Amino acid sequence: MWERIGAMIFKEVRQMARDPSTIAMMFFFPIIQLVIFGYAINNDPRHLPLVVEANDNSAFSRSIVSALRTTGYFDITEVAGSYGEADRLIAEGKAQFALTIPTDFARRLVRGERPQLLLTADATDPASTGPAVAAVNEAVAEALARDLIGPLAGRQQGPPPIDLVLHRSYNPEGITSHNTVPGLLAIILSMTMVALTSMSVTRETEQGTMENLLATPLRPVEVMVGKIVPYFLLGFVQVCVVLGFAIVVFEVPFVGSLGLLLAVTLLFTLVSLALGFTISTLVESQVQSMMASMLYLMPSILLSGFAFPYRGMPVWAQWLAELLPPTHYIRLVRGIMLKGWEWPLVLPESGKLVLMLLVLGTIAVRRYRDTVA
Amino acid sequence: MSKAPAISVRGLTKRFGPRTVVDHVDLTVMPGRICGFLGPNGSGKTTTLRMICGLLIPDAGEGEVLGLDLSTKRRAIKHQIGYMTQKFGLFSDLSIAENLEFIARVYRLDRRKERVAETLEKLGLTSRADQLAGKLSGGWKQRLALAAAVMHEPKILLLDEPTAGVDPQARREFWDQIHALAAEGMTVLVSTHYMDEAERCHEIAYIAYGVMLARGTIGEVIAGSGLSALQGEGPSADRLAAEIEQRPGVAMAAPFGTSLHVCGPDPVALRAAVEPWADRINFTPAEPSLEDVFIHLMRGATDNSVEAR
Repeated sequence: MWERIGAMIFKEVRQMARDPSTIAMMFFFPIIQLVIFGYAINNDPRHLPLVVEANDNSAFSRSIVSALRTTGYFDITEVAGSYGEADRLIAEGKAQFALTIPTDFARRLVRGERPQLLLTADATDPASTGPAVAAVNEAVAEALARDLIGPLAGRQQGPPPIDLVLHRSYNPEGITSHNTVPGLLAIILSMTMVALTSMSVTRETEQGTMENLLATPLRPVEVMVGKIVPYFLLGFVQVCVVLGFAIVVFEVPFVGSLGLLLAVTLLFTLVSLALGFTISTLVESQVQSMMASMLYLMPSILLSGFAFPYRGMPVWAQWLAELLPPTHYIRLVRGIMLKGWEWPLVLPESGKLVLMLLVLGTIAVRRYRDTVA
Repeated sequence: MSKAPAISVRGLTKRFGPRTVVDHVDLTVMPGRICGFLGPNGSGKTTTLRMICGLLIPDAGEGEVLGLDLSTKRRAIKHQIGYMTQKFGLFSDLSIAENLEFIARVYRLDRRKERVAETLEKLGLTSRADQLAGKLSGGWKQRLALAAAVMHEPKILLLDEPTAGVDPQARREFWDQIHALAAEGMTVLVSTHYMDEAERCHEIAYIAYGVMLARGTIGEVIAGSGLSALQGEGPSADRLAAEIEQRPGVAMAAPFGTSLHVCGPDPVALRAAVEPWADRINFTPAEPSLEDVFIHLMRGATDNSVEAR
């Protein structure tokens, strides 16, 4: 059995090495994706139109506005008058954010009453909300740190001196490049594992080599394992490329455990391979398997929380996303890399992936037969 | 002959949907024999071969291959069978040697390197060992496929239209190989469309639309058909085929070069049918050819591949 699996693996690797497009895909695909998604698409949006409605003409508000300016995130318009004015500008799309400073802001700040600042966001483009909110927070804190001096220095200890309220849309997983790059792991692995595996198996059927393979003593499971192992290794190389790029080039923080990340990646890779194999048992040609893979990849990119925030989707789309392995893997990667998730925290999402692996694996093994037709 | 048959199947049946592709086929091949498997396109030859080598599971029927039960010992049978598929089934992006190495590994052959080298030598592939299989011409691909099918020294060799698209010299060499292998004791079941190839077989089996119509040696099959034939020589004899074929008592008439070949089931009626032309064309008795027999059989068989649509 092992010798026959070995024979399959050896053959696959040889064929891969002889196929320059596979090599190209293996190395350049992740890099191209990283550059596109890391730099082009999700570069922090800048020059977001912000309207500041300073109802309290104090030194504090002026200092907050100038701090906001220096962040470089916003093109600021100042309006005076009623709250309705800022609201109207957002409704008309002339501003994406509105910061409302209440009339008694300065007085309550001095008294230590933690006055509220209202940040209204146009959530139609949720992707830019996260960094902008963060920028507002930072600017406000910085401005106050400079202004709360002398007798007011005590306000800087304890709870933050003000309470920034975000209105309309709060997007806790706001997409930054730090969040996207880990998500790319899921997408790139899905593309290679699902598409390449299903195509490589379908190719055998299409070119008539499967008939020959099955006429030999090779068992179906041996053909399967022999096909999967090389792609599994290829996936590992891609994980290394993406992680290396993420950490070195994009300086994505990595607070969790590498071992745990590799473990869930292993799990996700297996799920993807099983899916690719299942697809190959359902289609008849390489073109069909390509189309089927695309059918899986498009929702994976759009719904998994990679391109758009999961919480910004309607419930039915969320349910659909729940069925997609990348959704869970992306949560795991973000959790481990960015939030430092440890063992018990990864259980729920990993459990769902294990379940998917069992279901897909069963389908693949049952459908893949040692006979033709 | 007390030897057990190498292949013995009875009532082999396979249906795809409503269509019965192979209908109660019986076939026995003794060890060391070359059995030609003939029949028109879509007659169930490939399906029968696939059932014998375990690639398809019959819907009905039973049989033994090398004494192993076809329904329960498929894996054991696969070890002792060499199967050459109709379509080139090796990896086009691997070289000849690499393909053979892969097959050697799959069959867990000992002395792998030597075995591959021996096989390359035996089939005259040594000089091209490093060429990619996909870049080979038809004749060389066929040699490689044969090499891959026989390297593990199977007791039975199944060949599915092995010489389609191969030039006459390569075909001749191929058949010499097959006879050499049979002489070493290998049993060969080979499907083909070519009459000259059928004549190189020890025995033949004719299947049309899933039904076995004739079996035996070539002499037996021709005799069993009950056909007699006439050869017509004379001015423009070859132009008369269509006209004569309409006559009662004539099964078929076909031009061969400048002469005319006519055959029918009854010699007297046949002679009477050509009488009107006897003054200018000289008809002499001839042997009915295998082709005559097959075309005759095929016309008598019902084409079930049509009604399925």
